[in-house]
Amino acid sequence: MDLDKIRNEFPALTQKVNGHDLIYFDNAATTLKPISVIESISDYYKTVNSNVHRAGHYLSSQATNAYESARKTVRDFIGAHSHEEIIFTKGTTESMNLIATILDNSILKDSDSIILTTMEHHSNIVPWLSLKEKKNLDIKIVDINSKGELDLNEFESLFSNKTKVLSIAHSSNVLGTINPIKKIIEIAKKHGVITIIDGAQGIVHDKVNVEELDCDFYCFSGHKIYGPMGIGVLYGRKELLDSLGVYQTGGGMIKNVSFESVEYNVVPYKYEAGTPNVAGAIGLEAAITYMKNIGFDKIVEYENELLDYANKKINEIEGIEIYGTSIKKDPIISFNIKGIHHSDIAMILDKFGIAVRNGSHCTQPLMKKLGIKGNIRISFVFYNTKKEIDVFIEKLIFAINMLK
Amino acid sequence: MTIEEIEKDIIEEFDLFDDWMDKYAYLIDLGKNVNPDGLDIQKPEFLVNGCNSNVWIISRIKDNKLYFVTDSDALIPKGIAALIVRLYSGQTAKDILEHDPVFVEKIGLEQHLSPNRASGLASMLNKIKSFAKIHN
Repeated sequence: MDLDKIRNEFPALTQKVNGHDLIYFDNAATTLKPISVIESISDYYKTVNSNVHRAGHYLSSQATNAYESARKTVRDFIGAHSHEEIIFTKGTTESMNLIATILDNSILKDSDSIILTTMEHHSNIVPWLSLKEKKNLDIKIVDINSKGELDLNEFESLFSNKTKVLSIAHSSNVLGTINPIKKIIEIAKKHGVITIIDGAQGIVHDKVNVEELDCDFYCFSGHKIYGPMGIGVLYGRKELLDSLGVYQTGGGMIKNVSFESVEYNVVPYKYEAGTPNVAGAIGLEAAITYMKNIGFDKIVEYENELLDYANKKINEIEGIEIYGTSIKKDPIISFNIKGIHHSDIAMILDKFGIAVRNGSHCTQPLMKKLGIKGNIRISFVFYNTKKEIDVFIEKLIFAINMLK
Repeated sequence: MTIEEIEKDIIEEFDLFDDWMDKYAYLIDLGKNVNPDGLDIQKPEFLVNGCNSNVWIISRIKDNKLYFVTDSDALIPKGIAALIVRLYSGQTAKDILEHDPVFVEKIGLEQHLSPNRASGLASMLNKIKSFAKIHN
């Protein structure tokens, strides 16, 4: 992997912040984009931009081809069986809301039970909470151990004949823990439960094959995987989607409409109402292609190197407390320094051009479990370097001395 | 002293510093003295919270003047909160309402007052203004 060449392909990396070279360690929030992704979007708007699936003219058919080609690229990227199982959404949050809504309408009955975990992001908690009131849902929680791993000792005891759904993060955006989702899905399927995987973080650092995982739903966001904002993916098993009701309605998702009745379109279009984010889908395709060209395995190997390097250095700091110490982790480190508020440290790091995230990371139940209000999170991807980690450590120590 | 005079003093004090490190060090120092009587104000009823850090403020009126005591769980917001209190504590409601604080921008710390910074300072200012409005 030619690191210099790669870094040169990310225009945002050339920025200076407060007079310092940008060190971007907030990748779990969103990633910077390679020029190929940026250009794919502007090229689209310069050329074939047109509404898709609706017109017969040249531009429209070109745009439709590009949009559907992107769908197929995503299908291949996650090992899905058919393009019909790939729904484009705005992102993981919309995907989760979509699933919750259609399951609510078609499957969930009063006093049914669903299983979540302590480490979930709000986008995989709040949609279910909205249903909790309505349908008196019993939400069961898989807890975490002191390493930030799921405690699966009593896992099977959470299932009953009222359990309909299990919804769980592929990996944690705070702890970095990679959950043993294949095993968990297997157990859930034994109990006839619908399985949903929040892959917002998982898709970035782990090779995903939805057929192997055998999950019913898998969702992720384009902007966390070097694609643009405003595009995401919901993979859904075809037979299941065929049996479920619609989400947003309007144009594009219907076959026939009169004032008396409506016949809905087939999947995936049934779930893509309105004009889609065609440029977004094209940008996402360009991002996937970019990663493929470098080599996903090479990327993951390098990111693990960065994680090991950062772990070694950060553990030498006095007063450090790290949240999430599982052996196998995504390249994410969340931490606090004893006696110092995380926002003070983040503010000083920012002065040195170092972008980190501090706060509760949209995981308030997890923060409560950890006994904290928030922490600082650094997250790496393949355009980060060991030198950046060195600078970060140096400035972190400076900040600690300033705030002690 | 009038609010304007105090504000002028604050801006002048910060002008003495060349770089942000010295400014922040001074701010952190100011924050240390923010609650000299050690009042127990880190309570929910006094909370003006942000997502990132919390600010607490208690307000009292005595002889037509408004008094404030503040605290924060983070040092940098605590320093800025201390400056806001220095500006407005002991002033009349009318004077507080008519004043628009420019010092934060003038000393180069305006990002701490932006609402999305979620440090609670913007909300703190709103709370002071609301309190002043009630007692105007």
